Amino acid sequence: MTDRPFIPTIAPSLTRLGLQLTVSLALAGLIAAPSELGAQGRGRGAGPAPPQTPKAAAPIDLTGYWVAVVTEDWRYRMVTPMKGDYQGVPMTDAARAVADAWDPDKEEASGDRCKSYGAPAILRVPGRLHITWQDDQTLKMDTDVGQQTRVFHFGDWKSPGGPATLQGDSVAEWQQAGGRGATDGSLTVTTTNLKGGFLRKNGIPYSDRTTMTEYYELVTQPDGSPLLVVTISTTDPVYLRQPFVITSQFKKEPTDAKWKPAPCSAKW
Amino acid sequence: MSLSSRLIAIVTVIVSCASAPAFAEIDLSGSWQAINHEDALERGAGPNPADWAGLPFNESGRAKALNFNQSVISEPERICWFQTQWHIAAGPFSLRMWAVPDPVTGKIQAWVVGSWETRAPMTIWMDGRPRPSKNAPHDQTGFTTGVWNGNELIATTTHLKTGYMRRNGAASSDQATITTHFRRHGNLMTVTLFMDDPVYLTEPYILTRSYNLSTNPVNIAGPPCIVGDEGVESGRVPHHLPGQNPYIGEMTKRYGIPLEALMGGAETMYPEYRDKIKDKFVMPAKCTINCGR
Repeated sequence: MTDRPFIPTIAPSLTRLGLQLTVSLALAGLIAAPSELGAQGRGRGAGPAPPQTPKAAAPIDLTGYWVAVVTEDWRYRMVTPMKGDYQGVPMTDAARAVADAWDPDKEEASGDRCKSYGAPAILRVPGRLHITWQDDQTLKMDTDVGQQTRVFHFGDWKSPGGPATLQGDSVAEWQQAGGRGATDGSLTVTTTNLKGGFLRKNGIPYSDRTTMTEYYELVTQPDGSPLLVVTISTTDPVYLRQPFVITSQFKKEPTDAKWKPAPCSAKW
Repeated sequence: MSLSSRLIAIVTVIVSCASAPAFAEIDLSGSWQAINHEDALERGAGPNPADWAGLPFNESGRAKALNFNQSVISEPERICWFQTQWHIAAGPFSLRMWAVPDPVTGKIQAWVVGSWETRAPMTIWMDGRPRPSKNAPHDQTGFTTGVWNGNELIATTTHLKTGYMRRNGAASSDQATITTHFRRHGNLMTVTLFMDDPVYLTEPYILTRSYNLSTNPVNIAGPPCIVGDEGVESGRVPHHLPGQNPYIGEMTKRYGIPLEALMGGAETMYPEYRDKIKDKFVMPAKCTINCGR
């Protein structure tokens, strides 16, 4: 007798609670679902979806026109640094010997005026970048000053070999930010097969054994517009005692109105 | 709220939290060794006097810088005067960072960028606390709040006193806002700083710095600062009167850079400015001082 009145009182509550819990769990599942669906492709029954192309998977948009903002190393970038000024570069003695022999007139006359426009130095040149997708797997970067082109290959691209070049062979990979709702990320670019050149216009050398890793990220400026920040780590067992790490920044421009192609110069 | 409703709410929250990934953030704690490959002279020994190239000065900023005399830091009143948080970029020092958890919830309440002998700790409040009134006291430390954007920590600092943007007299005002972005790339960290100052700048001044994660602990505070006699008597304010700064032209002599470029201004930050000074620049034959040897 003591149980009977109790059962009808609690049973509907439990039933209602169970129903509500079911709905609640379903809602919670829906909240969590997008990330899992994203990870699995397109859900059960449809089979695994083809992986997104690097272009489609880009967590940040690097395309467009970008202008260098020169607030650092100004006297090494905006004017030609004088012979023997090596502040900040962790050079070996061998590098110093090469740089001490730098002769801008000879460089200019040699016909090889692009030594300071190779991949380890090109983002220090005051100028503009134009970044575009060459295809779904390949990002391309052109410069107006020096008229250089860098190509970033995604996926399992392998270098075809061949002679070393000023811009080398670059392999790129997106770094996605983790976490719910994150739309952020960065790009890591590794470059090898580089022809030797100058880290600065005044003859500080890097050798053809140089490799470099770059990190491309977008930072939001106080006015809300994007700033492209590139951290460049250059390693050279011949001419550097430790990786040479510098960071260059670029503001986005709406059009190509200020794009001004100019050839390499060994003296300016 | 009934018992069942409360239970449902709790279950919903627990299941949601357990299923979804954590909020985007990354561990920044540790000792970060400064890599001073760019602006090595400026960050180390200090910038050349009267070199403001690449600084987006307005006329007030330029006038204040021209008035600057380095001996001000020997005034007894200023010997123990901290730099503002901009010293992270203007100085050569390494960083040590750690998170401060809330003792009850365990959530990160703040990130701290440890101090140096000339800079107070930077506490980045992550708990959503409101910014003080604009009339609240300002100091060199300022007030800093932070948010995560993916794996990037963004810190915003206000309530600063006047400080230096460059250690040769380029000043920031008490109206300045510093925004600092910390982003880790493996064991490398890139820090991007914006100085937005409506009093002395025409547009934000941007600097980027790099750090290597290190197992050598970075000292988080220098020795105590003791006021001593550095040759400037109390009450005297070293300065240069307008038109009487003796260092004007020193950089032109040493580096061949035209004087107009050294006076700064936003246009000196952009590539086309090179066209303006190309015919005025005279490259000296050889470096003789501060050459990095």
